Amino acid sequence: MIEALSFEFMQHAIIAGILVSLASGIIGSLVVVNRMVFLAGGIAHTAYGGIGLALFLGIPIFAGASIFAVGAALLMAFLTLKHRHRIDTFIGLIWAVGMAIGVILIDLTPGYNVDLLSYLFGSILAVSLDDLYYMSGLLFAVIIIVTIWYREILSVSYDSEFASLRGINVPLFYTIILVISALTIVVAIKVVGLILVIAMLTIPVYIAEKLSKNLFGMMFLSGFIASVFTVLGLWISYTFDLTSGATIILVSAASLILFLISEKFQNR
Amino acid sequence: MLPNKTMTLIDIKNLSFGYNDERVLENIDLKIEKDDFMAIIGPNGGGKSTLLKLILGILKPQAGTIDFIGDPITIGYVPQNININTNFPVTAIEVVLMGHGGTKRPIFGYSKNETMCAMQALREVGMEEYASSRIGSLSGGQRQRVMIARALCSHPSIVILDEPTSNIDTNGQKQIYGLLKELNKTMTIIVVSHDISITIEYANKVAYINRTLSFHDMKQTKNKFSLHPQGHFCEVELLQLLGKNP
Repeated sequence: MIEALSFEFMQHAIIAGILVSLASGIIGSLVVVNRMVFLAGGIAHTAYGGIGLALFLGIPIFAGASIFAVGAALLMAFLTLKHRHRIDTFIGLIWAVGMAIGVILIDLTPGYNVDLLSYLFGSILAVSLDDLYYMSGLLFAVIIIVTIWYREILSVSYDSEFASLRGINVPLFYTIILVISALTIVVAIKVVGLILVIAMLTIPVYIAEKLSKNLFGMMFLSGFIASVFTVLGLWISYTFDLTSGATIILVSAASLILFLISEKFQNR
Repeated sequence: MLPNKTMTLIDIKNLSFGYNDERVLENIDLKIEKDDFMAIIGPNGGGKSTLLKLILGILKPQAGTIDFIGDPITIGYVPQNININTNFPVTAIEVVLMGHGGTKRPIFGYSKNETMCAMQALREVGMEEYASSRIGSLSGGQRQRVMIARALCSHPSIVILDEPTSNIDTNGQKQIYGLLKELNKTMTIIVVSHDISITIEYANKVAYINRTLSFHDMKQTKNKFSLHPQGHFCEVELLQLLGKNP
């Protein structure tokens, strides 16, 4: 692994992995406590439409995916606030339509020969310097937003009805949570791919939730745990020549199983 | 506007409300006065929680009016115990701090004054030593006291509680109602409950709601009620007094 660190692509991969893990720790905590995991899955798959759009128009992938993911987040926020009782149907619909648009646009892209699997399962070893700037900017923005509006976000996440009675704009903060989740999901797709992104947003968070007293601690700990999983997964994938994104997820899942077993023994 | 002679705080007139063309409340008239300890009782689906949501402004009346007399009236709200998410990673003090809302706040976190006020509210409900405990680690009764402290944070003149003792053992219920009785010395208390016996033991007014409303002032008749062996008032007698079939 030490020799691998001399390669620029590996340096980028580790930095990207840590940046995305920290952002995922914060956003994953919000996704889990707000019970938005299905919504996050919907946004991740809808982002595929943006990837297709970006390839079709020849614009940066992050830009296309971000536009689509944020659009999906705004639509889902609106539908959740207005038609909560049918939201699962709408998410399923948006999820499928987003992916279908992506497939059709990629079909229509002339001379297209991009490896589709890299978007489905991630391509952390192909992270460019521009990608790193984007990821750094996103992490910075997420930290600023969550720090400044922590009390409102906590209040809305814990008891939205009470928050509303105390004068907090619940729809606004609910939408903000979904939009920053969408942007984080887009960069997490680069690391583990859109199929595996949900595991990255939830496994470290599940462990952190058990060990934290409050949401702030859970966000911090999730970010740390996700970073450890990502670096460990990268090391294993490099050593055994495996797909990085899938290895990161399997490392996370194995750690979760070990955690649950140790928890069971502690409770005896 | 200044409070009137009888110190009515909330005046509800001809209030009606329904969901999907089905009337849940019909022509409700009710006055809530200063220092009342009012119990709103009735069967499930009878409109108790709907009335509460109308008073809180969560729902808008379809007919009639709800007037708040006296300026300003701040209402503290304690939601149903069963709605508390016990898995949520949050400490008792953080829950109480939510009572401050989002207005007049520092750029980051909570001001020293807000934290002191939250600690004072926890002290009032006897939960100061649990300030840094995770909410899920507390018992049902303790969690409910934290929720009452959260309502106290806004310095309310009226505290409204929706089924505050559901899923709480008898001892915990008595502690909660004892606390509410103590708070009633300085503020108006409205409790929505289907647990008639313990509620009317502490209330001075009872409103029975099952689409329409029957009202009873307990001050006039409390001594006429017989007691259960446990010391509770007899539900049957109250319901008869309200003209309802027990």
